[in-house]
Amino acid sequence: MTLSVKEPDVAVLRRPARVRLFWFVAALAVLGLAMLASVAFGSRIVGWSAIVDGVSGLTDTIDQAAVFKRVPRTVLAVIVGAALAVSGTVMQGVTRNPLADPGILGVNMGASLAVVVGMTVFGLTSAVNTIWVAILGAAFSAVFVYLIGSLGRGGATPLKLALAGTATSAALASLISAVILPRADVSELFRSWQIGGVGGGSWDNIRQAGPFLLAGFVISMLSARSLNSLALGDELAAGLGERVALVRGLSALGAVLLCGAATAVTGPIMFVGLVVPHVCRLLVGLDHRWLMPFSALLGASLLTVSDVVGRVVDRPSEIDVGIITALIGAPFFIYIVRRQKVREL
Amino acid sequence: MTLEAVARGRGRRALRRRTVLTVLGVLVAALYAINLMFGKTFYPPDDIVRVILGERVPGATFTVGTLRLPRATLALLAGVCFGLGGVTFQTMLRNPLASPDIIGISSGASAAAAFAIVTLGLSESATSAFAIAAGLGVALIIYLLSFRDGVAGTRLVLIGIGMAAMLESATSYVLSTASQWDLQEVLRWLTGSLNGTTWGETVPVAIALLLLGPLLLSQGRNLFMLQLGDDMAAALGVRLELTRLLLIVAAVGLIAFATAACGPIAFVAFLAGPIAARIIGPGASLLVPSALVGALLVLVADFAGQYAFSIRYPVGVVTGVLGAPYLIYLLIRTNRAGGSL
Repeated sequence: MTLSVKEPDVAVLRRPARVRLFWFVAALAVLGLAMLASVAFGSRIVGWSAIVDGVSGLTDTIDQAAVFKRVPRTVLAVIVGAALAVSGTVMQGVTRNPLADPGILGVNMGASLAVVVGMTVFGLTSAVNTIWVAILGAAFSAVFVYLIGSLGRGGATPLKLALAGTATSAALASLISAVILPRADVSELFRSWQIGGVGGGSWDNIRQAGPFLLAGFVISMLSARSLNSLALGDELAAGLGERVALVRGLSALGAVLLCGAATAVTGPIMFVGLVVPHVCRLLVGLDHRWLMPFSALLGASLLTVSDVVGRVVDRPSEIDVGIITALIGAPFFIYIVRRQKVREL
Repeated sequence: MTLEAVARGRGRRALRRRTVLTVLGVLVAALYAINLMFGKTFYPPDDIVRVILGERVPGATFTVGTLRLPRATLALLAGVCFGLGGVTFQTMLRNPLASPDIIGISSGASAAAAFAIVTLGLSESATSAFAIAAGLGVALIIYLLSFRDGVAGTRLVLIGIGMAAMLESATSYVLSTASQWDLQEVLRWLTGSLNGTTWGETVPVAIALLLLGPLLLSQGRNLFMLQLGDDMAAALGVRLELTRLLLIVAAVGLIAFATAACGPIAFVAFLAGPIAARIIGPGASLLVPSALVGALLVLVADFAGQYAFSIRYPVGVVTGVLGAPYLIYLLIRTNRAGGSL
C-alpha cells in the first residue's frame, strides 16, 4: 500500500471515531487556551476581569487596552496558522512528498518578492491588490519549483524538491534585497518580509485577507476526497475515476491561495505547514477529510502558542513568530529526514 | 606507441592545466588592480604602487590606502578561503551540493559571528574564534545527525538544509535584538558584504590563510584520492581518519575566518568548485583552481555591486542573484541527465 507517509506505525487510514473525536475536542481546548494566553500574556500580563472587559471592547485601564490590542493579533495568528497548516497538508498530499511545506518549497518567498516588487516598482498601496499580487507570486514559484524538482528520473523526490525550493528561495531572497535596498524608507518593510510576524495584525488586514483565505479553505476541503485517491498513486486514482490533472491543479490552487494570502499579511513563516500535517496524521490517520480541519486547528494553536512564546521569553521586547517556528520546525524537519530510508529521499 | 600516446595525453593535460591556471592567476591580479584603480576617481598604477610602498600621495593615500586596499584584499582573501573550503567539502563528500554554505556550516559561523559582534561586542580575533567553534560544532552535529548505517550524502544535504534554516533564523533573531537595526549590517550577516572593510578585519583572514592554506594544500593529494572511495584511498596509503580531520579543520577554519570578516558571501563556496572543474577538466586536484575562481567571483561581484548600479549593493546580493540561477541550472542539468543528486 502506497501512502503519503512511509511510516509503518501510522499507516492507519482512519483512527476509530472515538479516538478522532477525542483528539478533536482536545485540539479545540488547546486552541482555546492558546487564544486565552495570547490575549493575557505579553510585555504586560493581565488578569481575568481585564480580559473579559478588553475583549468586549472596554479600554479604560491600561490592562484592558492591552487586551483590546491583542485581540486582532490573536485572530490573525489563528487564521494564518490554520491557513499555513492546511496549505502544507494539501502540498504534501499533491506532491506525495513528506517534506513539502510552503516555506521549504520557496512559495512564501515568491509571494514576498511579488509584494515587494508590487509596492516599490508599481506603487501598489491597497492591501487587497497586494494580496492578489502575493497569490500570483506564490503560484508562479510553486509551479516553477515543482517543474524543476520533478525533472528527471524518479519524479519529484523529496531531495530534488527541497533543493529546488532552497535554490529558488535563495535567488528570490537576493532579488528581494536587491529591489528593496535602494529605498532606505522601506527597510522596516524588508524586515517583516525577511522574518515574518503577526505583530502588526489589525482588523483591516484580517478583513482583506479573509475572502481569499476562505476561498482557499473551501477549495482545499472540497479536494480532500480526491487527495485520498491521489495518495494511492496516479494510475490507481485515475482508475478510481479521478481526473488526476484537474485534482492536482485545483488543490494546488487552494494551497497557493492559502499561503499566498497568509504571506501577504505576515511575511514568510516557515515550517508550520511542515510540522502540523505530520503530527495530525499520527493522531487522526490519513483521511484528508479529517486531516484538513484537524490541521487547521493544530496549525492555529501552534502559531498562536509560538507567538505567545515569542512575546514572553524576551520581555519586554518580542521575538517574531517566524523565528520561533523555525527553531521548532527545523529540528522536526531533521527528524523526518532521519526517519526516511535513503532510497526514498 | 600506446605508451607514447599516454605520455602525450598526459603532457597535453598538464599543459592545459598550466595554461588555465596562468590565465586565472592573471585575471585575478588584473581584477585586484582594477578594484584598486577604478572607483569614483581613477588613480593610475604608479600612484597605487606608491601608496602600497608607503609614500604619501594626496587623495590616493586615503582613498586607495584606507578604503580600497583593505577591501580589495579582503575580497581576494575571502574568495580564496571560500573557494578552498567549498571544494574541500564537495570533494570529500563526493557531492557538489555538500558545500558549506548549503549544509549550514557558513550559517553557523555567521550566526556565531553576528552574536559575538552585535550582542557581546567582542573584538575581531575573539569573533573569529567564536565563528570557528560554531562552524566546527555545526559540522560535527550535521555529521552525527546524518549518521545511520553510515553517512548517506542525500541525508546529510537535507539535514544540512534544515540546520541552515534554523541557524539563519537564529541570525535574524540576534540582529533583531540589536539596538540599532541597520539594513546594511543585517545583509552582511545574511548574505555577506565588504562595505566598510578595515585592516582590522582583513589581517585575521590573511593570517588564517597563511596557516591553514598550506595545511589544506599539503592534503591535496590525499583529498584527490578520497574521491576514489574510502577503500581505494586506504589501499593507496591514505590515513583516512587523520586526513579527514585535517581537511575538516582546515576547511571549516578558512570558511569561519572569512565569514567572521565579511559574512557568508552567498554561493561562492558552492560555485567555485564546479566552475573550476568545468574549465580545468578532470583528473587533477581542484584546490588551487577553485581558490582562484573563488577570488575572481568575489572581486568581480564586489566591483559590480559597487559601481554597476545606481546604488551600492553588498557583494552577497550580487553573488546571490548570479549564483542561485546557476544552482537551478545545475539541478536541471543533473535531473535531465537522469542522475540522482
